[in-house]
Amino acid sequence: MIGVLSYAVFFTTIASILAIAVLGLNLQWGNTGLFNGGVVAFFGAGAYGTMILGGTPQADHLGGFNLFYPLALLGGAAAAGILAWIVGILTLRLRHDYLAIATFGIAVTFENFMRNAETITGGAKGLRGFERPLRNWIGDGFVYNFVFLCFVLILLYAVYRFLQHLVGSPFGRLLRAIREDEEAARSIGKSPSRVRLIAFITGSVIMGISGGLYATFYAFVSPQDVLPMLTFQVWAMLIVGGAGNNRGAVMGAFVIWGAWSGSGWLLSRFAPIEAQLYTGSFQYILIGSVIVGMLLWRPQGLFPEQLVVSQSGKSGRLSREGD
Amino acid sequence: MIQNLTDGILVGSILSLGAIGLTMVMHMLRFANFSHAELLSIGAYSALVFDAVFAAILPVLTAKIGPLSMTWALALSMILAVGTTAISALLIDRLIFRRVRDKGSELSMVFASFGVAMIIRNAMGLIFGLGTNLYSKDIVFAVVLSRDPLLLIKPDQVFALVAALAIMLVLHLILSRTTLGYALRAVAENPALAQVNGIRLSHMIMLVWLVGGGLAAIAGVFYGLTNQISPMIGRDLVLPIFAATIVGGIGSIYGAVLGGFIVGIAANMALAILPSGYSPSVPFLIILAVLLIRPNGLFGEERA
Repeated sequence: MIGVLSYAVFFTTIASILAIAVLGLNLQWGNTGLFNGGVVAFFGAGAYGTMILGGTPQADHLGGFNLFYPLALLGGAAAAGILAWIVGILTLRLRHDYLAIATFGIAVTFENFMRNAETITGGAKGLRGFERPLRNWIGDGFVYNFVFLCFVLILLYAVYRFLQHLVGSPFGRLLRAIREDEEAARSIGKSPSRVRLIAFITGSVIMGISGGLYATFYAFVSPQDVLPMLTFQVWAMLIVGGAGNNRGAVMGAFVIWGAWSGSGWLLSRFAPIEAQLYTGSFQYILIGSVIVGMLLWRPQGLFPEQLVVSQSGKSGRLSREGD
Repeated sequence: MIQNLTDGILVGSILSLGAIGLTMVMHMLRFANFSHAELLSIGAYSALVFDAVFAAILPVLTAKIGPLSMTWALALSMILAVGTTAISALLIDRLIFRRVRDKGSELSMVFASFGVAMIIRNAMGLIFGLGTNLYSKDIVFAVVLSRDPLLLIKPDQVFALVAALAIMLVLHLILSRTTLGYALRAVAENPALAQVNGIRLSHMIMLVWLVGGGLAAIAGVFYGLTNQISPMIGRDLVLPIFAATIVGGIGSIYGAVLGGFIVGIAANMALAILPSGYSPSVPFLIILAVLLIRPNGLFGEERA
């Protein structure tokens, strides 16, 4: 029984951490129409940043600043934001393909750099020497994981509330306006490229928080954690959930993470031994088919975006809401 | 250094062939097709299959052509692979991209192309195994062109380069001298106006996929001939090919040719300075440099 329970805690923790990343992507893609082909780079920047800032000193690689944990996590998120700023400032003025290609490129390069720059990142062996916060008080076992899950859920809820508020605010309307008709937005004096940059950086910072939590949970991060697959998983979560809908994004994270873990378990359990080597290939095809299938048959996702009419037809309300 | 330059030119010709098709698709259908590099993979593997079939039914064909490791069987297989890949590209468009196009925005196409790439790549891995394959098990010795500075070249590489250049020349003649070429360029330039002039848009889209697929198949076979064939061809080449299109300017075919050579040479020259582990990062650095200096590429025009 405790086994099932501790698996449920483990599963919910990972799914919730990924749900935060999906929420970040939803701000970029769902609300603003920005294509981020390298979610994993921003997730990874958060993970590596948190580990380097919050870890204990190590002989063979950078890090060990032993920062107070919340500061380390914020530092990781800031690292993701800086990365997003660099990519965004270069590409957001150009046609949309450039952002897709550049973000895809930065993910490849990020993983490549983490794998090779041993003196900074520990190379393929990964980063060690991170003490999970409050471990001395709570210990290492089930209780710690449960407390950590609560922490993740609180953050997930905070990010969700923040984004819900943002989407409903004038800024959210501006995002949708730019997504739907850039020219029209420009004609009323808005600057699409600046607004896009803000949305892109904000989304990436949220992905950075998600990466930081992920690294904290395992107290370890290596190039294996920042493979392109993660980008595809996060997308599949958003597309299945419904781009533009924050609740859908969170639901999608749980559905896809469940399908992913479930298919892995089924394959390891029932597939013949010589097919085990190909488990990864089957799962990749599964994720690819989910993405293509949803786009073909249900592009709005399971929980479609609820289009809000900002101003109702009643003239009385219109004058009050005029902002 | 000379060796790096030479290798770079050879790799560059392969990237150019891939980038021509990609830039045409990106220009006409206005989406970054992340599955284009998988067409190289389809081409390389279908040639492998045809090669095995020819070797089994017509052993005469397994004779080598001159000093190359390429056999007559492989030469024929390459032609068939061009057809198979061109038709695959068309089928993928029919089954997936066209439907997504009718339904959603250009960005949904980018999503779809990622999904398609993942499906193709891993299906290849399931069918042909995750390991590497070679067209010929024989070791082809490189010819020493000069000892100081040391310069080694394999006959296959020279053949691939010459053939790639010849194909580009033919393509250039078609684009600049025939009505078909004019029609293609007109559609890429302004689809609405081209249709007013009686050009069938759907036919031109088909043509772009066929040409892009065919060129990708040739690039894939040459890549397999000078390196090796693995399901990861697409993963390894997608970024260099995108870099080539960005360097040349999206939509410019001549830019793509030049971009391919620039990326190939730069990536190989960079290896003289950087540890080889960093080579997958080089295309991205090139993209960044181009975006900083000349965001629309060498030949690209500004377009939203």
